[in-house]
Amino acid sequence: MLEFTLWDILSNLLLAARWTVLLSLIAFVSGGVAGLLLLLARVSPVPPLRVAARLFIEVFQGTPLLMQLFIVFFALPLIGIETTAWTAAAVGLTLFTAAYLAEIWRGCVEAVPKGQWEASASLAMNFGEQMRHVILPQALRIAVPPTVGFSVQVVKGTAVTSIIGFVEVTKAGTMITNATFQPFLVYGLVGLIYFALCYPLSLSAKALERKLNVAR
Amino acid sequence: MSPVNTPVAGGLATGRPLVKLSGIRKSFGPVEVLKGVDMAVEEGQVVAMIGRSGSGKSTLLRSINGLERIDGGVIEVDGECVDPGQIDLRALRQKVGMVFQQFNLFPHLTAGENVMLALKVVKKQDKAATRAAAEAALAKVGLGQKFNAYPSQLSGGQQQRVAIARSLAMAPKVLLCDEITSALDPELVAEVLGVVRKLAEEGMTLILVTHEMRFAREVCDRLVFMHGGRIIEQGPPAELFDRPATPELAQFIGMVEAR
Repeated sequence: MLEFTLWDILSNLLLAARWTVLLSLIAFVSGGVAGLLLLLARVSPVPPLRVAARLFIEVFQGTPLLMQLFIVFFALPLIGIETTAWTAAAVGLTLFTAAYLAEIWRGCVEAVPKGQWEASASLAMNFGEQMRHVILPQALRIAVPPTVGFSVQVVKGTAVTSIIGFVEVTKAGTMITNATFQPFLVYGLVGLIYFALCYPLSLSAKALERKLNVAR
Repeated sequence: MSPVNTPVAGGLATGRPLVKLSGIRKSFGPVEVLKGVDMAVEEGQVVAMIGRSGSGKSTLLRSINGLERIDGGVIEVDGECVDPGQIDLRALRQKVGMVFQQFNLFPHLTAGENVMLALKVVKKQDKAATRAAAEAALAKVGLGQKFNAYPSQLSGGQQQRVAIARSLAMAPKVLLCDEITSALDPELVAEVLGVVRKLAEEGMTLILVTHEMRFAREVCDRLVFMHGGRIIEQGPPAELFDRPATPELAQFIGMVEAR
């Protein structure tokens, strides 16, 4: 029987963790862009856009991430789009991230006093100009800590993609466990890797929040 | 309920109606706050709207630049007809400036940037012209030295003067002032009213909602008294103060003077 050293296990987990990091980054960046568009639709003066954005957000907040991944993974081929675990994971997590970020940011936009909307409207600015020059710069300050905080959820959310066969650190952990029969050790290491990724993010979210409160 | 005192044009008024409101109606839910208001303001006139809180004066003022969507009636500014269905707010709002009770300066921008923003974004003026216009506007309100100050570094009176400069820089035809001294400490009221007085003397068309009765009496050409969503009396301030024709106005003046 083959013997596995601790380093064998850890090095393979760390190699797989690269995919966790990459998937997190892709989901966070593309989810951020999509979330911004969704936010603009959500607070826009056009009712159909508002309703559509709200519906999207409610659906993604009201269903488990796992179901969303299944649906993306199994539905895309039905409409003729070849999909891999990798694309399904990226698309699924992007949509999930976009919905949550849009809702977090909506709260930040609504925290900007109504007088700012009225003053900029009175200066003849349209919605886009108001958002770009007056509302978003102020909302951004408030948005940084909760946004960084939510990135922790994205990193942890990548674990779910192991179910549709994407080999990131959790899936790698399962595969290594099947070979080594040391589940406690392997999953313990997997947990430590997640913690090493997430804890700095939580810490910086807290630090940013403190900094923001001082600046006020 | 027709106006009892006839409107009399002030010294600088030209006789040409700049703002004309006819039959303005507005409800918030089941409450009708404006019950068919007619009003005309001539170019160069300074008009103060007075009345108890809830009488509809702020709502009427805010409807003139479309911050409140009216349910009925016609608003005409500088010959452009604006009815509730089809409002070209962008054109309208370049003709109508507004100053608020709470200043509403953009806190992330300096005083100068506050003034320049709409010039750059809305009027598409180039950098040099924007800068010059902002400097001139700030100098006009006595804050030429505060170009690079952030709103948080300014007193309430200074902030309100920046807000006035911000509106003026857009070269509006008429300036709406919504209780612009009500949020100020008493010692800061005079500097803001001083600026408004100067504007009035220069022939700016002004419509003010105010509780400063002495100021209204001294500076305004015409006083408009609102009660229960209607204008029930209007005319020269001295006339209204000394010989109120309605018991509502007499009572209101009594209340204000007792303070």
